[in-house]
Parts: sequence; C-alpha cells; structure tokens
Amino acid sequence: MKQGIFEIIENTALTESVFQMRLRGDTSAITAAGQFVNIQLDGLYLRRPISVCDLDGDVLTIVYKVVGKGTEQMSHMHPGEKLDVLTGLGNGYDLSLSGDKPVLLGGGVGVPPMYLLAKRLIGQGKQVKVILGFNTKAELFYEDAFQALGADVTVTTVDGSYGTKGFVTDALKDMDYTYFYTCGPEPMLKAIYKASNTSGQMSFEKRMGCGFGACMGCSCKTITGYKRICKEGPVMQKEEILWED
Amino acid sequence: MGRLSVNLCGIPLDNPIIPASGTFGFGYEYAELFDINCLGTFSFKGTTKDPRFGNPTPRIAECTAGMINAVGLQNPGVEKVIAEELPKLKKCFHKPVMANVSGFSVPDYAYTCEKLDKEEQVGWLEVNVSCPNVHGGGMSFGTDPKAAAEVTAAVKKVTTKPVIVKLSPNVTDIVSIAKACEDAGADGISLINTMLGMRIDLKTRKPVIANKMGGFSGSAIFPVAVRMVYQVANTVKIPVVGMGGVSGAEDVIEMMLAGATAVEVGAANLVNPFVCRDIIQQLPAVMDKYRINTLSEIIGGAK
Repeated sequence: MKQGIFEIIENTALTESVFQMRLRGDTSAITAAGQFVNIQLDGLYLRRPISVCDLDGDVLTIVYKVVGKGTEQMSHMHPGEKLDVLTGLGNGYDLSLSGDKPVLLGGGVGVPPMYLLAKRLIGQGKQVKVILGFNTKAELFYEDAFQALGADVTVTTVDGSYGTKGFVTDALKDMDYTYFYTCGPEPMLKAIYKASNTSGQMSFEKRMGCGFGACMGCSCKTITGYKRICKEGPVMQKEEILWED
Repeated sequence: MGRLSVNLCGIPLDNPIIPASGTFGFGYEYAELFDINCLGTFSFKGTTKDPRFGNPTPRIAECTAGMINAVGLQNPGVEKVIAEELPKLKKCFHKPVMANVSGFSVPDYAYTCEKLDKEEQVGWLEVNVSCPNVHGGGMSFGTDPKAAAEVTAAVKKVTTKPVIVKLSPNVTDIVSIAKACEDAGADGISLINTMLGMRIDLKTRKPVIANKMGGFSGSAIFPVAVRMVYQVANTVKIPVVGMGGVSGAEDVIEMMLAGATAVEVGAANLVNPFVCRDIIQQLPAVMDKYRINTLSEIIGGAK
C-alpha cells in the first residue's frame, strides 16, 4: 500500500451515472487486477474505495457509478484537480489458475475490474471470453474497449434492449471455458456460483472503514476462516465462499 | 528526556502519541507503511478470553466529521493473540505495548489480564469497560461505578503491570466512575471511548449499521472528550490518557492542557494511516508556536 497525490487528467461520463476518471501519480503499489484504491474527498470523513479498471504506466483508470455523496462529488471534479489516494489495496485476482479459456463476467459497475484482468490474461496469450451484464442498453459501457483488447465479448441486458436478453448466467450456460472470474452485485455472484461448472474467483463488496485491514469493519466468514474483504479480499476463491443467507 | 517525552504510570514514553485500540490492529499492517517505533506506544486490538467474530455487517457508517463503528470486539481470543499476534508485533515494535482487554464478566477480565500480564512486551493493561457494541458486557461495567471498581480490583489482583481503565462517555457522571476506579486501585484512566450513535438510510428507511447502533468517533467528538478529560483529570490523582477525535498536533496539546498525560489517536488512523507519525513530526513546530518548551510541563495547564 502507498499513499499518493494523483492529478485528474480526465473525468468523463460513460452513461448517465457512470464516469471514467484517469489519474496520474505513483501507481507502483498496484500489483494485480482486482485491487482497489481508496480516495479521500474534501468534507467527507471516510475514503471511497473504487476498483482499479486499468493501469498504464503512471496513469490509473477508475470507472465509478454515482451512488452517494462521495461519487457525486467525484463526478463534478475536473482535470488538474488533485486527489489523495491510497493504492495497492486488496489481494486482486490470481491469474495463474485461469487455464487457456477463462471467462470473465462483469455486472454493471462490476465491469471495470474485468478490464485490466482481460488485458493481462490476453497478454499471457489466453483466449478470453467476456460477458458484460446490464439492466438496459442505456447502462452499457466498455463493450468496444473489451473488443479492442481482442476479447470475445457477449453483452446481456435484463430487458433485452441490447445483446442477449437475460442475465450473465444465461450467456454462460452454453459456453466452453476453463475457469471464471467475476465482479458484480451479490445476487449475480450467487447465480454464477450455482451456474458455473468450473472453479473461479469472485470479487465482493462491503462497506469499509479504512480499506487496509486495520478496523475490521468489513469482515466476513469463509470456509477457511474470518477474512477482511479489504485485505484478504475482495477476491475470494469459489471454494472458500460461505454465503451469509 | 526529550521535549516530547512523558511518563505514563512509571513507564517513560518518547512522546505521548498512542494509536487507540481497534484502529491499529496489532501494529504490523501499519509497520508496512512507516517505522511504528516512532510512536510513544500503541494500544492493540481489544482482546477477550474467547475468540469473537463480532457483529454482522455493515459495521461502519459515515457521519459528518466522524464515523460510527459496530465491529463488536472481533479478535482471535487471548490464547491466539499471545501465540500468533504478539510474536508478529514484536518483530516490528520494540517498545512496551499497551494491551487492551475486554470481557463479559469479572472473571473474564481477570483471566485475560492474567495471561497478558506474563507477556514481557506488555507495558500497560488498558481495561476496556466501555465498548458500546456488545450486549451484556463491556459498557455495562463502565456505566456503574461499583461494577467498574469491581473489574478494576479483580484485574489489579492478577497483575503487577499498570492498569489503565478505559471509560465510556455514555454516562451521566463520568467523574464518579473515574473516582471509583482510582479508589479500587487503577493506575490510570483513559477516556473517552466512542459515543453511542446511529444513522438511518433514507432510501431503505433502515439503520445503516446491522447492529442498529454503534460507537461514534472522529473529530466531531473532540470537544466532548476534552471536557470529560478535564473533569476527570481535575478529580483523580492518577494519570489520564486523553482520546476522542484527536487528529492533529494542536489537538494533542489541547488534550494535554485539559489534563492528559498521554493522548490516543483513534478514527483518524483509518482515514490517514500516517497521522500518528505526522503528528509526532509536527509537534515540535507547534510547540514552538505556542512557546511550549516540554510537553510534560503543560499537562493539566488549563485552569
């Protein structure tokens, strides 16, 4: 983990409520796709944890959805403004288990961490399939970005307004894959847990205090003991997950 | 003796800065960020007789200038703390450490303190009778002078190390509780623990915290903490450790003027993990600004 001051170099809307922010600073603490950063914002006490979407030298990309005060404030920031960011938080995805044909499933604002993961897997010569799930066409983002990486992309929308009608699991059914990686809302993770016929890794979200393992605010129970989502997570192996209800 | 040094219950501290229990783990997460030996000491994660997972999540809620937590004393239990956490702590911290202890009965407190008393690196026992997040324990001892005194006396019997009793602000008369602990043999008093608070989500109309209520901390509670430290320090003769919303060097000086011998820093660590190091670095310049020669001379200086 490192603390650094990052300069905003871009902050653009991808949809009505989803924004892409590029930040320049010391990214050396970020070691894996699926890690997150924790951003301090003026006037708000706690930092905001946001997953890493892409990394290119000293440029960090995050994609966030406006869901509350913090993300609302971020959406009004401009290039040139600076942010205090803790980087290199969480474990991230383990690429070594992917096999030759991994499938990556991102749901809504769970799509961003799949980007750096896809980029790195493709860099290793893997045949990467990506399933992006949204409620409706208006929420769609990053389909072209994944295609540009060379991934085989399927989009699902719940209302059928774009791509395959249904959930990401509907697209997963007939797919041939060696392993899965996913991030998204918990009902989606549960559905993938049941529908998948291979092992895989899932990224979880929980309300955090510090984001670096000190406060025990985001603990959860797993088959292998108590874990902190921010420190031993957010990525869990399918086999260790204990669903709370 | 440096300008920043103080003496807490017979043990010298290089400076009065102590990360508060529950915000600093067992030190090693922070040791990855900076050399934690710059601290006066730190109070490690609240330890109980048996392992505890703590409360359901969400355990955290944000507030204006602060936060609410309802962690509920998650810890691996005293046996594992001694076997697994203290050896890791010892590798990164080479000064006496403050052991923070909680319990659900008087014998619980005594059991845990007796075990920790045998650990060489433990300098002080900070006995938490003030956790707002566990039912039937913690705070119920800290809201009644008799119960607080009973815990104090039981712990004193099993240890020769200084016993600092950590008090709750969620009481009508904190002075009577502090006095009862002093009379029962406490070597010091630390205060304040978090204030009982609550947030409600307007969208769901439900409490934000799964446990409904939790402990409010952060800079918003600082004036309450200063007031209570002042009241207690003017009543007891034993040292007082002040805490509650401290987030900068000037807060430390204010707390010491109110009567604190040493100062704990809690929630601020969770926002800026370097805050204690930064405060220690900034103290000499801030002391110069207010024409303070040594910190020990200002303790209780506000009359």
